[in-house]
Amino acid sequence: MAGIESRTDIAFQDFASSVEIAWCPGCGNFGILRAIKRALVELKITPYQVLFVSGIGQAGKTPHYLKCNLLNELHGRTLPAATAARIVNPELTVIAEGGDGDGYGEGGNHFISAMVRNVKITYLVHNNQVYGLTKGQASPTSQKGFVTKTTPQGAWESLNPLALAIAANASFVARSYSADTEHLTKMIKMAIQHRGFALVDILQPCVTYNHVNTYQFYQSRVYKLDEDQEYDPTDRIGAFRKSLEWGDKIPIGLFYKAERPIFEDYLSVYPGDPLVRRPIRPERIQQLLEEYL
Amino acid sequence: MPLDLNFMVGGEAGQGIQTIGFILGKTMVRGGLHVFADQDYESRIRGGHNFFRVRISDEPLLAQREQLDILIALNKETVELHRNEVKGTGLIIGDESVLKLESADSRFMGLPLENLALQTAGNKIMSNSVAVGAICGLLDYDFQILDAVLRWHFSKSPQKIQDDNVNAARAGFDYTKMHRPPHFNLKCSPSGTGERMFLTGHEAVSLGAIAAGCQFLAAYPMTPTTPILELLAGKGRDYDIAVIQAEDEISAINMVVGASFTGVRAMTATSGSGFALMVEGIGLAGITETPAVIVLGQRPGPAVGLPTRTEQGELLMAVRVGTGEFPRAILTPATVEDAFFLTPKAFNLAEKYQIPVIILTDTHLANSYNDVEKFDTGSIMIDRGEIISGEVSEIVTDYRRHLITESGISPRALPGMSTALVVTDSDEHNEYGHLTESAVIRTEQVKKRLRKYEGLKSEIEKPRVQIKPNAELTLIGWGSTFGAIQEASKELEQEGIACNILHFNQVWPFPVAEVIPVLNQKGKKVVVESNATGQLAYLIRAETGQKIDYQINKWDGRPISPQYILNALKRGGI
Repeated sequence: MAGIESRTDIAFQDFASSVEIAWCPGCGNFGILRAIKRALVELKITPYQVLFVSGIGQAGKTPHYLKCNLLNELHGRTLPAATAARIVNPELTVIAEGGDGDGYGEGGNHFISAMVRNVKITYLVHNNQVYGLTKGQASPTSQKGFVTKTTPQGAWESLNPLALAIAANASFVARSYSADTEHLTKMIKMAIQHRGFALVDILQPCVTYNHVNTYQFYQSRVYKLDEDQEYDPTDRIGAFRKSLEWGDKIPIGLFYKAERPIFEDYLSVYPGDPLVRRPIRPERIQQLLEEYL
Repeated sequence: MPLDLNFMVGGEAGQGIQTIGFILGKTMVRGGLHVFADQDYESRIRGGHNFFRVRISDEPLLAQREQLDILIALNKETVELHRNEVKGTGLIIGDESVLKLESADSRFMGLPLENLALQTAGNKIMSNSVAVGAICGLLDYDFQILDAVLRWHFSKSPQKIQDDNVNAARAGFDYTKMHRPPHFNLKCSPSGTGERMFLTGHEAVSLGAIAAGCQFLAAYPMTPTTPILELLAGKGRDYDIAVIQAEDEISAINMVVGASFTGVRAMTATSGSGFALMVEGIGLAGITETPAVIVLGQRPGPAVGLPTRTEQGELLMAVRVGTGEFPRAILTPATVEDAFFLTPKAFNLAEKYQIPVIILTDTHLANSYNDVEKFDTGSIMIDRGEIISGEVSEIVTDYRRHLITESGISPRALPGMSTALVVTDSDEHNEYGHLTESAVIRTEQVKKRLRKYEGLKSEIEKPRVQIKPNAELTLIGWGSTFGAIQEASKELEQEGIACNILHFNQVWPFPVAEVIPVLNQKGKKVVVESNATGQLAYLIRAETGQKIDYQINKWDGRPISPQYILNALKRGGI
């Protein structure tokens, strides 16, 4: 990093924030916060080198409880801002973070476009299948039949974010589970290291509003894809088939990974210094003005 | 009498009307004459009725006229729609075989466009060049200038294409010189060197953005701002501009916030419906105190309205845009020159005060061509406001993005550019940028943001003011109506009626101090606007408490002309 001395002695404590945490006791978000810190420490990324762009909802608060640069965006709009930030300064580690309502509902169009574009950003989605901040309404990923005040007859069909991501040709598609810090840390690290758009959908029990998809529910169902020698995460069709698996067994791990060019390579301003480091040179306009004479 | 010639080329979309009009205008500008050219087209790629009007004078022009000297009709419909606009001494020109006019018209002159094109270049497509050549022939204009303009225009095409176009133009030129109708005696000759630029309002905005050091543009295509997206996309590599066609306008504005927060000058461009989608994002720029420049090219609404036409219907929307209350500035360029020079100003205000700044244009300004002195960029200053670049200073270790200050402006740090941690939030936040629900902090942060108005008010772009002794009325307007207002005022003067002018280049913060002395002048105050309800008139009443005597409004999607103002004044007994 130009001009600033890089540190290699990064510790957990470097990311400790003094902001009071506003989550319910037992919330799955605590495990995610812990895994994020561990991933950053293990990758030796210092707080000022990382930019979080978070959304609205309980998940969107996460980066406030870290030490980092943070643009806490509007509801659903993390990915456009994260895309732009990464393009302006590719030296930054850019992580977008939000919930299922934020990213898969309000921000659906951006989600699809970001995956197609393949900008190098990590996208962490706390998927608790319910709206927490607004107190317990159905979300795009609520399980079919999930009864809430807005869905008294039970939630209608449910969105499958992994299938959508693979269909949109996201270059890194993973799922993890908030109670398995080790696995989640590993997925987050792989996502940050991936050259391209990396989705980590995180199954996260909501202890207050989701009494269906609980710790017990997941504990007995999740299994790790990386323990399956046969599974090939470079096979897109196989990954799509695997993404449809949801029931007595729920796979977690890396579903799909592809090496493909990133959007930054396609932009005409790169290669070169980060845009933010390039000086403004207004005198260059002269040549262009001549074209209009 | 100054030279004042008015041409119209009309026909279907796809017939090359724009090319004929542009080359004619350019040829006149290269000959040292002044040109104002406006366009009228439908929201379709083929068919329908389109026209391009070119007005030529030896004095500077800022407005179009309605009465025509020459109508070049590429189809029959053009004659039917516009024959009443052609003067008795004027001409209607077209291919007899195409127009097949039923009734005789002494103003008609046949011009075998397609035949001449086929004979000289072997291609019907060259009939556009025949048409331009024909007009130059009629006016006894210098063919060498047209020759050079055609070669310049087709400079990226092979030599043969250039030659064919010149030959086709020559054929048209020779034809009309030989067949000049006896009743037509208008001529025009070049005067001076013609070292002037010829461009549209939105081309000028684009160049202004490049001159300002804009390094990021995200936009979704929408008439009339698409040319800005296209122009910057084409120049991105040469001028370090990342240009992204966003998936929607919501994404575009949030990209601008992300880019600007990260540290570059960023802009988006849209029209009313896209702007409506950006409302929340503009509020985000407001509360996070992130600079953002938004070009709002107005067209008639509501909703999709008249997509390719003009209107000034979004003034109040812009003034009040966003949820909640936060400072913003709204610039309203009146001319191509304004469009260029106000754009760097928009970036400076946005960065210095860390606010959204709206450049409010309309289709008429966006698409109309005008000749201007080559922009003198020496006067353009780049003011990026307070940006911290230190590394281990105290400010950096205890950095507060939303530090309470007297000016309301908190120095910016850029993420990753120092060890300062930059935190901001769309929720209300404390000085550090972390969300808060504290009543005390909320009160202080809102006050802090609104305090920026004090500084902003000292940098208001002053309205154009003309005060005449014994003026009987004051014509008031904003944005693209300036040319028409100025010309109407001149014509009134010739009739012995003195007239004041008050024209706004910035409507927000509202220039109260500059406006009151003009409103205190004797005579009737008349506000001229391209909208139905009089939004500037409303704003003047709201901001000054002064009453407006008369409103001239037009909301048919077509621009206001000097004649329209004069007729409206007569109708109103003013």
